[in-house]
Amino acid sequence: MNALPLILTVFIACVVEAVEALTIVLATGITREWRSTFQGMAAALLALAVITAAVGPAVSELPLTALRVVVGALLAVFGLQWLRKAVLRATGYQALHDEASAYLREVAAAEAAAKEARRGVTDWYSFTLAFKGVLLEGLEVVFIVITFGDNQKDIGAAVIGAAAAIIVVTIVGIAVRAPLTKVPENWMKLAVGVMLTSFGTFWGAEGAGVRWPGNDAALLVVIPAVALVAAACILWLNSRTAARTVSAPQSEVVGS
Amino acid sequence: MKQLRSFGAFWYDFIVGDDWHVAALVAAGLALTAIATHAANVNAWWLLPVFVVAALAWSLHRATASRK
Repeated sequence: MNALPLILTVFIACVVEAVEALTIVLATGITREWRSTFQGMAAALLALAVITAAVGPAVSELPLTALRVVVGALLAVFGLQWLRKAVLRATGYQALHDEASAYLREVAAAEAAAKEARRGVTDWYSFTLAFKGVLLEGLEVVFIVITFGDNQKDIGAAVIGAAAAIIVVTIVGIAVRAPLTKVPENWMKLAVGVMLTSFGTFWGAEGAGVRWPGNDAALLVVIPAVALVAAACILWLNSRTAARTVSAPQSEVVGS
Repeated sequence: MKQLRSFGAFWYDFIVGDDWHVAALVAAGLALTAIATHAANVNAWWLLPVFVVAALAWSLHRATASRK
């Protein structure tokens, strides 16, 4: 496979994660204290480096068939989770992930919390909040980089995609000093869900022993097919909502 | 014990997520594909996509049915 689709897939996935981490870090740093926030970030990055160093070589030691089954299953489950959430948000069944309101919630919580020094950190609340936010979002980045990079035997391209995403989001975040509300996060999440589900299905089935018609070219059919299924799900749930809205006044009349 | 439980809950939430049916259906699809390919000698490339589509539709149905 050409490295460009790999770089772009990892880039888009990592932009979504980096935007979420940036919201937490900005809310904590601006409201409370930058020093403890940066300490929390640094500790999380260190933990991520240790996890990557431990998991990365172990994953690459797996035989390719086993790797494709495990990684395919994980990616498909991950991708379906993202698709599920994105479809529910696109159809109004779940509130859209609004970075502006998420930021305001974090700010309100940060302002309400008491300041407490612990283990050499002047503000333990800022430290733990930044640590958790960066670690959680970072774990997803590490997972995507290792699985995509290892499967394509091109960790370098996956790292380029992830690093570019983190650098772009960090630079824009520093420039605007506000959560990145203009990023169409739900549509990006939907696109990433489509890519993760498609690659997961492709690699998982290959690992289970299947020969795809057309080999790697089958991905050019699988990806649009998954996108079409997601679009069909959005139409299905929207028509369900519309049908409910139309039938609701009638049942009220019958009821009264 | 509490820390062990929260460690387990973190990884469960990270990997399995909101609906365990999705993970179960993907695992079942992979297992059946492997059986069809190796035991029955059928190149069942279409089987896992069917399970994946079913998992998404079923999970969305479950998530929205309670709000009828």
